[in-house]
Parts: sequence; structure tokens; C-alpha cells
Amino acid sequence: MTTMAEPAAGGAARQAAGLPRLLPTAPGQDLRAHLARHGPVPYRGGAGLLIPDVRAAGLTGRGGAAFPTHRKLAIVAAARGRKVVVGNGAESEPASRKDAVLLRDAPHLVLDGLQLAAEAAGAAEAVLYLHRGEHRALLRALAERHAAGVDRLPVAVAEAPPRFLAGQETALVSRIGGGPALPTFGLPRVSQRGVAGAPTCVQNVETLAHLALIARYGPRWFRAAGTAAEPGTMLTTTYEAAADGETRCLVAEAPIGTPLADLLPGLAGAQALLVGGFHGTWLPAHRAAALTLDNETLGRHGAALGAGVLAALPDDRCGLTEAARVTWYLAAESAGQCGPCLNGLPRIAAAMAELAGPRPRGNTRRDAERWAGLVTGRGACHHPDGTARFVRSALVTFGPELSRHSRGQCSARGRRPFLPLPDGVPTTDDDWM
Amino acid sequence: MTGSTAFWYASRATGIVALLLLTAVLVLGLLITRQGRLPGLPRFAVTGLHRNLSLLAVAFIAVHVLAAVLDSYVSIPLASAVVPFASGYERLWLGLGAIAFDLMLAMIVTSLVRGRLNRALWRAVHLLAYLSWPVALAHSMGSSRDLQHGPMLDVSVACLVIVAAAVIWRLAGAARQVPRAGRVADVMARHDAATRYGRAREGSWR
Amino acid sequence: MADYQARRSGPGTRTLRVNPIACTGHGVCAELLPELIATDEWGYPIIDPRPVPYALEPEARRAVAACPALALRLVRE
Repeated sequence: MTTMAEPAAGGAARQAAGLPRLLPTAPGQDLRAHLARHGPVPYRGGAGLLIPDVRAAGLTGRGGAAFPTHRKLAIVAAARGRKVVVGNGAESEPASRKDAVLLRDAPHLVLDGLQLAAEAAGAAEAVLYLHRGEHRALLRALAERHAAGVDRLPVAVAEAPPRFLAGQETALVSRIGGGPALPTFGLPRVSQRGVAGAPTCVQNVETLAHLALIARYGPRWFRAAGTAAEPGTMLTTTYEAAADGETRCLVAEAPIGTPLADLLPGLAGAQALLVGGFHGTWLPAHRAAALTLDNETLGRHGAALGAGVLAALPDDRCGLTEAARVTWYLAAESAGQCGPCLNGLPRIAAAMAELAGPRPRGNTRRDAERWAGLVTGRGACHHPDGTARFVRSALVTFGPELSRHSRGQCSARGRRPFLPLPDGVPTTDDDWM
Repeated sequence: MTGSTAFWYASRATGIVALLLLTAVLVLGLLITRQGRLPGLPRFAVTGLHRNLSLLAVAFIAVHVLAAVLDSYVSIPLASAVVPFASGYERLWLGLGAIAFDLMLAMIVTSLVRGRLNRALWRAVHLLAYLSWPVALAHSMGSSRDLQHGPMLDVSVACLVIVAAAVIWRLAGAARQVPRAGRVADVMARHDAATRYGRAREGSWR
Repeated sequence: MADYQARRSGPGTRTLRVNPIACTGHGVCAELLPELIATDEWGYPIIDPRPVPYALEPEARRAVAACPALALRLVRE
């Protein structure tokens, strides 16, 4: 397994004034330092009062779906009865480290956001959903806040298993309710019936952090960075090969609209760029180098920001091998609940593994494409869709490599894995708890 | 043959036919669960037969009950068809018949409005079949001398054997089924994905 | 009367949706409604996403009722 450089927190100082916003200027944030930098938590004094500011700021979800945050809050705020707000810190995507870094280095910003979101939605219950092992530091932060009387709502911490689907909205609701982290199907939506049947507002922890800043500094401040259509900054997790061949992983905050070449200095010399994560899209490096960090630009090339993962595959690796490794992981992480996903993903993984080897059979590529089309849209969640997108873009971007492999050649000069993958596959029901 | 005897014969005959129909319905139900087929017939024939034969069985039971009630030789109140142990005559065995019939009615009514019901509730009621059938068999053999000896006894025993075999077949299928958490690994193993992936991971090009 | 005749043909207002978790691939729906439902190579239904034509609505209801897993639904979009 590749040894990663410790994800370096710290704003990328990407030219824009006012950065870093989310990540602290110095490590070791305790509550006092946080309050000294940002001031007290600006409670508005009632439900719904913060929402117009969130709307004016144009904040969208930073968990991958980019849904307008004000709308999620408004839907739950308008609901009757007991309501729940959940801060989703279960990153789940192995290639994304931004939530882990944010929770480690700026927990109070996230927890401020959770309180403010709960107030805005009129929620009586706040939950923080985290992967195992991360909650010790958070519990300390919560204890600090409790002692200082900063939090208005007690925050329950719920554990997520180390599954790729654990952060999916319905799986999250199921897990918090005491069941397994398995997606469910059908209406009503989580915002109407979520945790214990109550209307639930689920927000990614980075979104909550932005919310906490918007509440203090206002929508105009938020819009000072980013583009008009997609305002603000976002956290990115970038991967590049270092000079010694190791993979360097960096978490950086950048204004939306930043040129990708600025974020990844080595992009021009790389082979391809994975945009978005394991459910994202592969783009040829030369094309990616001309693009910017926003959904409007990326959308024109069939890609999306997702959770902000940008991995520049170096020239000396085999893109098909990387894609096959990830596809195998995605197949193993299927919930196994829906026939098309359960049957299709393992077959796609087997086909990709064959394509990554020498002289694959003639039909294999066609089979992989066919199965990718067959699974899309036919599951209870978007796992098959995202996997299909990843696979198809790999087959297109690494087309030249496919030709070489069919002749028994490979352009790779090294077999070191590039993208991070966790060990262990889920085999029992306990692995989903 | 007196009117009374005709009713008595009708009740016994429709009773036996109902038992045979219910045996078929239960076996068809198990066939559906295991996604089996009837040779030469489409899948919707299995579901359709299961449904239609159950309704036919209810019709036969209705005649079976009415004939017994109308038979003046013994006094059986109509209510004893659905109210267990309400009959003075053969209180226990007819009571079992009422129980079996009540369970059947519950299953059929819930099935008719299944689209509006919670799937778990419908399934829970439908599982009562495993109770309803043995109770119906006990009613049949206990209340009718016919089935206690001779060819009719053979028929009853054959029904029991068939149902037992079908239930065992169904349970065997459930035992062989891979639990959800292991399904993906199972499919991957069957497609040699692990071996091929392992080769790709090591980059073995030999 | 003319209104009723006009409504009897053309696209309807309801769509077929399958619950992929409940579906175990019995395939009864595809047999009953081959115009709108096909099965993939693993026996699971591929459903036409367009609204069910009025003329086929009775057949669609029959398919929904016949599903042993209660996985098929006819929903109003």
C-alpha cells in the first residue's frame, strides 16, 4: 500500500484574499482560539431566520450533490413536529480526506454550523455522524462547548461503519436509527421522514462550516470568492506523484472557479485526472489542465466536482490497473440489495481486471460497457450509476492503453498503486453496523 | 336418497375437493417462493393458479358449510363456519374447521387488497398458511369417518406427504440462500473476479 | 362521451416503478406486460420509464397485482 504524506491542512493561499476561510491559520484549534478568531456563535433567535442569508449566499451542499442548502433547511423548517439535523462527517469516499481534516483542525466551525442549522430548521435534535475512530477528538470539542455553554442543543454522536455507502442519506438515517448502514428505497424523502420518522436535514460537515461563517460574515462576504453561479470556496483533496514516486495527498481550500492547473502543478505532465472521486470521471490531463474548479465548466466535459477529489495519475502508471483496483473495491462495497447492482458490478470488476491485464478477450470491453449501461439507474441508490460513470470514463480516457494491452504491451513503468484503497471487504451483517 | 342424505354427501364431497385444492394452493405458493415453474407453463400461470385455486377452494368450502348446515340430520349453526367451537355437534373438529377457514379468509382478504397494505403485514398474515393447512387437515380427518380408513385415508396421507415434502424443499432453498452480506462476494467468486483482480494488482504479465 | 374516447388512447398519467430492493426477479411482470417490461440477463425487470399508455393501464394494474414480491407500483407522476 502506498504511504501517503500526511494530508496537509492549511489554506492553499490560492491568490484569493481572505483564504483560508475554513481551515485555521495555525494548528491546534481549541474553543478559545476559535472564538477569538470568529467571535461567538451568532444565533438568530428563532427558526428560519438564518435561511434568507443562506439563500443570498448561494451555498450549496459540499457533500457531493451540490443541493442548495437553503432549500433543504426550508423544507425541514416548514415541517411540523419534532425535527432532526444531522452533520454528515462520514466521508466514506476513500480518496476524500477533506472532512477528516476539517473535523480534526476546525471542529468548532462545524459544530457552530450544526447548532445554527438546527436553529434555522427548528430542530430539537442534533446528531453528528462520524466514522469510528474519529469521534474521540469531537467528543472533547463537544465537552469544551458544553462546559462553556456555547451549544444550545446537545449533540449526539453516531458511528458509521467503514463502508463506501455509509454516508448515503438513507443509509445514514438507517444507521442512526440503530439499523445497518444500508440504503433504502422509496418515498418519502429523508427531509419528510428520516431519523425515527422525523423530518431530517442532513448536511455535510463542510457545508455546516461554511454556514457558520456565512452567519457571522454575511452572504456578500461569502460571494467575494468563487463564481457568480457557484459562489464561495470549497475543500479539495488532491493527489499527485511526488518526485520519489510516492503519492502526495493534500487537502486545500480553494475558491470555486480556480484553474485546476493551479491546484495541481504537475497536471500538465500527468496522464489523466480523476475528478470527483470513485464515482467521478476520468479526463485526459491535457484537457483537464485547461479547466476550472466549477460544475459549469466540468459539466461541459461530463464531469462534476463531487466531493472535491482531484487525482492526477502520473505518466508512468497504468490507468486501467488503477481503474480496475477501484472498480473491484466499488463492487465489493455494494449493499447487495438490488439485483442489477449485485450482479452487474462484480462482472464489471472482473472485466476491468481482465482489461488491465495482457491480451484481454475481444468481448470484454464491450461487455463492460454493456453492463455499465445495464446497471445505471436500476438500483435503490446511485452506487451503480456512479460506478458505471467511473468505468465508462476510464474506458474512454485510457482508450490508447486498451489498444496497447490488446497487443500485449503496457505503457506503465511502475506498478505502484496510486489511488488509496482501504483493506478489508464487508462479509457479514456486522460489517454494515 | 333423502334430502338430508344428499346434503350430507354434498358436504363430504366438497370437503374432500376443498382439501385437495388447498393442498395444491399451498404447494403452488411454495413454488412461487422458490421461483419455480410448472413445466410448459409461463410464470404468471403459477401465480394465477395459486390465486384462482384459492378462490375456488373458498367456493367449495362455502358449499361444504352450507350443505352441512342445511342437513337436518345434525344441528350445525351457520355461525360455526367462522366462529370456532360454536357447534354442538362435533364441537372440537368443526371448531378446527372454523379456525382454518378464518385464517384462510384473513389471507385472502389481505391478498385482495395487497396493493394498499404494508408488505411486511401482508407477508405476516400469509405465513398463517402454515398453520391453516394442518388445522384444515385435522378438521377433515377428525370430523369425517370417510378419511379415517380406506382410499380416502390414503388420499389424506398423500396430501400430508406432498405438503411436507414441499415445505422441506422450500426450507432447503432458504438454507442454501446466501445471506445479503455475502451475496456480492459470492457473485465475485463465481466470476473469478478475485483471481483476475489479483493478477491485475500484481501486474503479472507472465 | 367524446372526452372519454379521447382519454382512452394516448399516454397516461401513471408510470411503473419497481422497488429494486424488494424485487427478487420473479419475472411475472415482464410476462404480463411485455410491451413495457423486459428482463435483463439476470432476470430483473427493465421498465419503460415513460408514462403507461391508457390502453395498457389495465394490464399494468394486473402486473402490479401479480408481482409475488409486491415490488411493482403504478405511481402518478
